[in-house]
Amino acid sequence: MSVLVFVEGYNGEVKKSSLEAASYGSQVAKALGTDAKAVAIGEVKEEALAALGAQGISKVLYDHDDRLHNFVAEAYLKVIAQAAAQESAKVIVFSNTNVGAALGSRLAVRLNGSLATNVTQLPEISGDSFTVTRGVFSGKAFAQVKLTSDVKLIAVKKNTIEILNDAGTTAAVEPFSTGLSDADFAAAPKETVLQETDGVLLQEAEIVVSGGRGLKGPENWHLVEDLAKALGAATACSKPVSDQDWRPHSEHVGQTGITISPNLYIAIGISGAIQHLAGVNSSKVIVVINKDPEAPFFKAADYGIVGDAFEVVPKLIEAAKALDR
Amino acid sequence: MKILVCISNVPDTTSKINFTSDNAAFDKNGVQFVINPWDEYALTRAIELKEEKGGSVSVLNVGEADTEQNIRKALAIGADDAIRVNAHPKDAFFVAQQIAHVAKEGAYDIILMGKESIDYNGFQVHGMVGELLGIPAITPAFKLDMLDDTTARLEKEIEGGKEIVEVKLPFVASAQQPMCEPRIPNMRGIMTARTKPLNVVEPVSTETKTEYTSYSKPEKKGGVRMVDAANAGELITLLRNEAKVL
Repeated sequence: MSVLVFVEGYNGEVKKSSLEAASYGSQVAKALGTDAKAVAIGEVKEEALAALGAQGISKVLYDHDDRLHNFVAEAYLKVIAQAAAQESAKVIVFSNTNVGAALGSRLAVRLNGSLATNVTQLPEISGDSFTVTRGVFSGKAFAQVKLTSDVKLIAVKKNTIEILNDAGTTAAVEPFSTGLSDADFAAAPKETVLQETDGVLLQEAEIVVSGGRGLKGPENWHLVEDLAKALGAATACSKPVSDQDWRPHSEHVGQTGITISPNLYIAIGISGAIQHLAGVNSSKVIVVINKDPEAPFFKAADYGIVGDAFEVVPKLIEAAKALDR
Repeated sequence: MKILVCISNVPDTTSKINFTSDNAAFDKNGVQFVINPWDEYALTRAIELKEEKGGSVSVLNVGEADTEQNIRKALAIGADDAIRVNAHPKDAFFVAQQIAHVAKEGAYDIILMGKESIDYNGFQVHGMVGELLGIPAITPAFKLDMLDDTTARLEKEIEGGKEIVEVKLPFVASAQQPMCEPRIPNMRGIMTARTKPLNVVEPVSTETKTEYTSYSKPEKKGGVRMVDAANAGELITLLRNEAKVL
């Protein structure tokens, strides 16, 4: 028996969300008295995989078949299922990303396992009982869920699990080959288009600066962008802003947009409708800047400034630039 | 082309979320239920495809009788007929089994649903249905067009970008914005919805894989600390020294 973590790469490095999944997996393994292994697919640097030792991973199975550079569900599924079989994995951990969701749901059926997504805490294990806590009602509540099958699959919510850092420990990286056939690549994407992100993915960012209608137009977005740059943050926006095409839909955070849980969320000119809060309410610290003192967002905020964004934000940019980082 | 749209019955987005006194279940008292907002994208896009290419749109809900109000709403928006699987949706696997069974019996070409429901935020039923039927599940998709009678072209979101996928019928896809502008029912739709078929079927027998034991709410925040706008730079100092997030 073992715990298997599926690790995703981005630009050759292991994604931060996968470091969290690895930290989760190794702690579950410890509680079960076993080892945590990982499986990595596609283009990830071997040094980055070996460094997963710091998160408690003992061994990484690495399949770098050229055809796996882009995500192809069926091929990825076969690799993970085979790794799970080889390592007799009873618990499979991954991150609650779009890729994780696409794979985890199919894998749960294929392995006849119990799946919990959006998991926010380490499990409670006692005897045969295995209970996880997951976010429900769009961040407004948590549920305790018992996973009743023999095989358990857990998708960890981003930025909720602390990354272990046992420096100096390395994982053994073993080549892993699955003998995939062309048929496994039949549904390969025709094209993959990556946005320019300055290297900070919105879903993974620790700091997010977000703008709403209070900014009056796309021509004023330099305020959001400059503050984000000074803080090393990603940028986001509210639904009305993306509906009016001031910003792309991929930046929309909220109930029907992206859900984020950064350490710091700075909302500029966003009133804080309940639908917006649903996408950001698990942020650790929320800052609201709005000229309307009655804006509902202040009720959910940790810090607030009542004032005109055009006067306040330049001061913040100046102060942020002066920080010794 | 036969399209099956799966809709979930969820608390209105502005609902206050409360649980029963033993924290064992969601408290439905005073809560208004709506069609899951993500599913509205799936429904409207399905109706648009029918208008462009012909075919039919059926709506499927796994739920008890109190969901019929929202099923009628989906019919009023433009679906042709509806099926309700008469069961409490116990968990994602249970629901996926019911959907897969209906989809197979009805030989549907496209099975659409929202990316996730706003109550249980599972983000998993689409993949499970795809696996149960042995067909691709494209998720989460924000663009869906038919290239010809048998091939669809979808754009789906990946972290940091998008993928363009071409897939043969049949397939499953989950929808998110900006796939379309969700429609609301008009008066004519509401009138015709009354006479459209809504078939109630009993669930197929299946196991569940998870068991919800209790619920809790996040701790309340300690209140907001205000910083004077004239001295806005102080916020950055507080975020570093007090909140320790910079």
